[in-house]
Amino acid sequence: MSFSSPPTTSHFTERLTLHYDPALKRNRLNQIANAIAAFFAALAVVPLFLVLIYVLIQGGRLLSLQLLTQLPPAPGLEGGGIGNAIIGTIVVTLIASLIAIPVGVGGGVYLSEYAQNGWFSKFVRFGNDVLAGVPSIICGVFIYSLIVATRIFFDQSFSAMAGGIALSVLMLPTVIKTTYEGLLLVPQEMRMGAYGVGASRFVTITQITLPAAFTPIATGVVLGIARAAGETAPLIFTALFSPFWPEGLFNPIATMSVLIFNFAIMPYEAQNELAWAASFVLVIMILGANLLARWISHASRS
Amino acid sequence: MRSAPPIDAYTLRRRPPQEKLIDLGFRQLTLVMAASVGIVLLAIFFTVFGGAREAMATFGLKFLTTSAWDPVNEQYGALIAIYGTLVTSVLSLTIAVPIGLGTAIFITEDLLPSRLRDVIGLLVELLAAIPSVVLGLWAIFVMEPAIRPFLSLLHTTLGWTPFFATEPQGPGTAPAVLILVVMVLPIITAIARDALNQVPIELRQGAYGVGTTRWGAIFNVILPAAVSSIMGGVMLSLGRAMGETMAVTMIIGNSLNFSVSLLAPGNTIASMLANQFGEADGIQVSALMYAAVVLMILTFVVNVLAQWIVRRLSLRY
Repeated sequence: MSFSSPPTTSHFTERLTLHYDPALKRNRLNQIANAIAAFFAALAVVPLFLVLIYVLIQGGRLLSLQLLTQLPPAPGLEGGGIGNAIIGTIVVTLIASLIAIPVGVGGGVYLSEYAQNGWFSKFVRFGNDVLAGVPSIICGVFIYSLIVATRIFFDQSFSAMAGGIALSVLMLPTVIKTTYEGLLLVPQEMRMGAYGVGASRFVTITQITLPAAFTPIATGVVLGIARAAGETAPLIFTALFSPFWPEGLFNPIATMSVLIFNFAIMPYEAQNELAWAASFVLVIMILGANLLARWISHASRS
Repeated sequence: MRSAPPIDAYTLRRRPPQEKLIDLGFRQLTLVMAASVGIVLLAIFFTVFGGAREAMATFGLKFLTTSAWDPVNEQYGALIAIYGTLVTSVLSLTIAVPIGLGTAIFITEDLLPSRLRDVIGLLVELLAAIPSVVLGLWAIFVMEPAIRPFLSLLHTTLGWTPFFATEPQGPGTAPAVLILVVMVLPIITAIARDALNQVPIELRQGAYGVGTTRWGAIFNVILPAAVSSIMGGVMLSLGRAMGETMAVTMIIGNSLNFSVSLLAPGNTIASMLANQFGEADGIQVSALMYAAVVLMILTFVVNVLAQWIVRRLSLRY
C-alpha cells in the first residue's frame, strides 16, 4: 500500500511563496488592466491639451491693444477687435450675478437655517436639481417668450437685460446648492453660541453662520459666474448681438460667446480669426476664475 | 448676609419690536427666494407648454414620428431632431463612460505619485470649464479636418452598413458625437472619481486581506460599492449631452433631411432651436416650442431617474 499525496498538494506547496510573480496569469491581467486605465486617462487629457494649445496659439498670436479696444469689422474687411464683446460679456454676467447671487444665497439660507425637513424644502431641493438639469437653450426659449416677445422693458425686444436674466436662471441652482451645502457644514455649536449670547436669528445668520461658510459659498459662486460667462445658448435670442458699442441695458448687446458662434460660421477669414481671439480671451478669463475658486478653497484649508 | 439683588437684574432683555420685525422679514424674504426656484421652474414649464399648444393641436403626436420640416407648407415633424438627439447623446455616452471610468480609476488608485494624479484630475476638471462654443470652434477648424481621413476609411470599409453609407463631407453626426464625448468626459470622470473616493478604505483592505489583486478588488468590491453614484453621474451626463447646444450646432450640419448614416449631416432638438428660433414666426415658433417640450421631458425624465438611482440603488455597507 503506497501513500500518495494528492497531486494538488505538491502543486500548492510549490506555489506557496509570498514573492510577487509577474508571470502569474492574474498579475499579467493586472498589468494589462493598468495599461488600459493609463491609456484611457491619457485619452481624456489629450483633447484638453489640443483645445488649449490651439486656443492659445491661434488666439494668442492675435492679441493686441487694438483687439481689446476696437469694434469688429464689417464682413469682408480686415482688422478690428472685440472690445464691445468683452464689455458685453462683463455687463451680461454682472446682471446675472446681481440677480442670482442674492436670490440664491437667500434661498440656500432658508433651506439650511429655517426650513423644517418638510414637503416645501424637499420640493425646493428637488426643483433645484431639476432646474440645474434644464438645458440652457430652454432657458433662452423661456426668457425669449417671457421678456423678448412680450417687450416688457420699455417696448424693447432683445436686450442685455434679457440676456442677463436668462443667465441668472442658469446660475441660480448652482448658488443655492453651494450655499445650502456650505451652511450645512457649519457646526451647530456656533449657532447655539450666538443664540446663547443673545443674538437674534437674523444677526446669527448674517454675522456668524454665513461668514463661517464663506469659503464654500465663494468657491461655488465663482465657478457659477465662470460657467455663466461662457454660456452661449441662452444669449443667442435674448441678448442677440450688436456690432456696435453697448447702448444701455435695454438694447441688444454683443457678448464674446455669441461672437464666437456668429463669426465661426462666417465664410470670412478675418471673422474666423476674431472668433479664435475671443476664445482666447474667454478661456483665459474662465480658467482664471476656476483657478481663483481653487485658490479660495485651498487658502482657507491651509 | 448679603441681600439678593433686585429681581430686575435677572429679567431677560425684551426684544424690541423692530428686531422682531427684521427677524420675521428676513425669514419671509429668504422663503420667497427659496420659493423662486419652484416659481421659475413652473414658469419655464408653462411658458414652453403654452407656446407649444398651437402646434400640439395642429400636429398631435404625428409630430414625433414624421420628419417633414417645411415652413412653406407649414408642415412640421421633429423625427430628425429627436432621432439625432437620442443617437448623439447615447453614442457619445457609450464612448465616454468606459474612458471616463478608466480615468477615474486611474487617478484614484496609487498607480502614479499622488502629485501627478492631482494634476490629471485638475486638467480634467479644467476641461469641464471650457465653454462649449469654444469646443465647437475647435471642432469646426481643427477636429473635423483631422478626423475626416479616418471617417473616410470607415466609409470605404464599412460603407455597406447603413450607418456609414454616405461620404463624409465636413459637418455631420459623427464629429458631433466626438465633440460630445469631449464635453461629457470630465463630468463622468469627476463624478466617478468622487464616488470611488467615497468607498470606505476597509472594503479595499478586506479585499486585499483575502488575497485578491488590485483589479480583483476594483471589479468585485469597489465598483459595486460605488455603482449607484456612478450610474447617477452617467444619467446626469446623458441629460447634459441631450441638452447640449452650441458645440453640436456648430458641427452637426443642421440637416433637414433624414439620414441614418452617422457620416451625414444631422440635427438635434437643441441645435434646431438655436438655428431657427430667432427667425421663426407663426406656427413655426409653436412647432419649435413643441420640440422644446419634447427635449424638456426627455431631460426631466433622465434627471429624475439619475436622482432616483442615486437614492435607491446605493449599497448599504
